[in-house]
Amino acid sequence: MNQWKNFTKGFIKENPVFVLLLGMCPTLGTTGTAINGLGMGLATTFVLVMSNLVVSLIKNLIPDKVRIPAFIVVIATFVTIVEMVMQAYLPSLYESLGLFIPLIVVNCIVLGRAEAFASKNNVKSSVIDGAGIGLGFAFALTILGSVRELLGSGKVFDITIYPENYGMLIFILAPGAFIALGYIIAVINRLNKKNA
Amino acid sequence: MEYIIIIISAILVNNIVLNQFLGVCPFLGVSKKIETAVGMTGAVTFVMVLATIVTFLIQHYILIPFEIQYLQTISFILVIASLVQLVEIILKKVSPSLHQALGVFLPLITTNCAILGVAILVIQKEFNLMEGVVYAIANAIGFGLALIIFAGLREHTDLQDVPKGLKGVPIALITAGILAMAFMGFSGIV
Repeated sequence: MNQWKNFTKGFIKENPVFVLLLGMCPTLGTTGTAINGLGMGLATTFVLVMSNLVVSLIKNLIPDKVRIPAFIVVIATFVTIVEMVMQAYLPSLYESLGLFIPLIVVNCIVLGRAEAFASKNNVKSSVIDGAGIGLGFAFALTILGSVRELLGSGKVFDITIYPENYGMLIFILAPGAFIALGYIIAVINRLNKKNA
Repeated sequence: MEYIIIIISAILVNNIVLNQFLGVCPFLGVSKKIETAVGMTGAVTFVMVLATIVTFLIQHYILIPFEIQYLQTISFILVIASLVQLVEIILKKVSPSLHQALGVFLPLITTNCAILGVAILVIQKEFNLMEGVVYAIANAIGFGLALIIFAGLREHTDLQDVPKGLKGVPIALITAGILAMAFMGFSGIV
């Protein structure tokens, strides 16, 4: 497969959030601000790349019947690493993402790529696939985070665009996450239809 | 009294799906029909309560005495994965029709963040075993309540004349947003 295409498919065409609708919990739960969304996206990208790498290396050693538990152990190992590193070096981000960091382990995207791609392809394409899908996920979270932060508090990445008093607080709270994502998906659907 | 506060707060105020965003995947996935929503709720309740009890015991009798708390994520997810397998085998024998209806979503309970999320929250909030079980049951009810209300709403929106671009997932998400807004009305209770 063309490696460049393999890498870029994660952004729009097979975007895990907007098109495949996977990994909804961290998408909605961590995008109160753009920076949290980006942090969560990059943490997931790391786990995706590393687990894809390891799974594609050991795919011939694992008996077919126990492959899912084996994949989960691999993923959980890297999630634990991310958790400890973040706690040590980025304590404030660790605080604000909270429960969602250990929950990367149950993110359907990670297990989905291990099962659907890394267990069938060679190391190089698996790593590229992991990076593409992971960055596509980070991209989606950053967009949703920016939209919610802008509408909710008039800021993007903490840079003030308009005074906070005019912000619609609801977009930072839970309901705004659902509504903002709904409209973004409608726009992406429209874009994809035009391209097709 | 404590238990009542835990129950009301978990079901209405901090609803697991609409407020904490745990278990959104099954919330969107199996909410097209009320029937499957009820089945999913049953499976989640069963697994959630069992998983909370087992992970609580593991945390307090294995991880803490041996000072290996950093293995929490790995050990919890393995326990939950095996529990789900068990539930699947039982359901297949006892109720094949329900097993058929839940289809692919039953194995996906493993990757339902609500289960692992509640197990970890029980540890983080330093509940004792009884409070943990009550908390798990209340969260399962909260999940079921949100899921079944949402399934009912979706059955109706399916028949409405929705603008073309919003058909399917977008309108479902917006409906969920409005439902979440309704649940915000409970926020003053506790």
